Amino acid sequence: MTVGWVDVDGERYPATDGEKVRDERVVDGLRLWHPRRSKASAALVKGVDIPLEDARVLYLGGGAGTTPSYFADAARAVYAVEFAPSPASRLVDVAGTRDRLFPVFADARKPSVYAGIVEGVDVLYQDVATRGQADVAVKNAPFVRDGGRVYVVVKARSEDVTAEPEEKYEEVADRMEDAYDVDRTVDLSPFYDDHAVVIARR
Amino acid sequence: MTWYERGTDADAVTEELDEGGEPDARDLPGDAVESGVFGTRDGYYDALHQATVETARRRVDEAVDTAERDVINAVRTLETVGDSLNELDERTRDWREETDRVPVEGVVEGRNALEEARDETRGFIEERTPELAPNLSNLADPVLAARLIALAGGLDELARMPSSTVQVLGAEDALFRHLRGDAPPPKHGVIYVHPYVRGTREDERGSAARAVAGKLTIAARVDRYAGDLRPQLADELDEKMERIQGRDDG
Repeated sequence: MTVGWVDVDGERYPATDGEKVRDERVVDGLRLWHPRRSKASAALVKGVDIPLEDARVLYLGGGAGTTPSYFADAARAVYAVEFAPSPASRLVDVAGTRDRLFPVFADARKPSVYAGIVEGVDVLYQDVATRGQADVAVKNAPFVRDGGRVYVVVKARSEDVTAEPEEKYEEVADRMEDAYDVDRTVDLSPFYDDHAVVIARR
Repeated sequence: MTWYERGTDADAVTEELDEGGEPDARDLPGDAVESGVFGTRDGYYDALHQATVETARRRVDEAVDTAERDVINAVRTLETVGDSLNELDERTRDWREETDRVPVEGVVEGRNALEEARDETRGFIEERTPELAPNLSNLADPVLAARLIALAGGLDELARMPSSTVQVLGAEDALFRHLRGDAPPPKHGVIYVHPYVRGTREDERGSAARAVAGKLTIAARVDRYAGDLRPQLADELDEKMERIQGRDDG
């Protein structure tokens, strides 16, 4: 139930022991988290520590479920919130293969909807590609236990196409200070252009 | 309130989602065990898993169905509105040529309202189709993607079609003429509007249509069965088209 590392073709990949979903590489029985197909993997490869082992995780913007399935291999419980119907449909498929992956078809901008379903969490991970990314993180802060870790993926272009990405990351980090202590921002290049992850603590 | 205070199945989760509450960091599994609803934390998680998967499955299926119907109806509406607008413009042009003006104000207003309806409908399609079919919308434009989905009768149907059928979707009349022995087979249906088909010179257009249809078919299958956006599909089509368009016409 830990996230390990596997060396393949001169690259290091995060990897977990879990049932395979879709077409992905498995080496020595471990699922490789490809850093170009998962922003969390890109963050880990870039040295970010995400303490998933035995953690309770609130995952906002679960998408088609690939990264939530990785998390569920290591964590105690993962609540994955997704609101776009098509990816949510795939997410539910994936959740069917993971006993501790709980799919929530809801809008992460309205956390009151799932307040009676999601427990207090040790980790909040967010990857929503809508405007107001910082607001989403702040609104969901009450779910995060004191000292809990927060990772917010910021896509510079979904905020403002004209602004410099760095300005945008800073703006999101500033707004997050309303609910968190921001630690640092790590950009996800070369795996994802115009993306960074803002790391904070409740 | 919490879901387990309403029951222990999907109905309880559904009810809780509809009611909502104040977000907080409560230890729900611990509370549930303490209140005696569940014997163990694992028991709590097992019940929650079954209930959330069942609830999400039902709601997501409904939402996907609605999203698809919206896209199909919108693209059919776009066609109807576009045709009406063209016809009306033609009619009023004749009128203007004869008398230099159109003295019925409502006709002019109605024409402008139609134009607004067309633009709004197109905007709706451009927003919604990528959510339903991200890869198809990336390879074609969202309006063409929506037309293909509508012609097939749904994304599921489109994903099950061989690419040779996708290639001639929208050219059914020409196809039946061909099957009766009255005409050569159609090279393309609505995918003609794709820049890679229209923009390829005539002697290679059949190859272009085949290549585009092949990649769009794969895109539809990825959208239906995987759902994630794969930019490499567009790169692959670009490469293939470069080869086709670069063929020596010697």
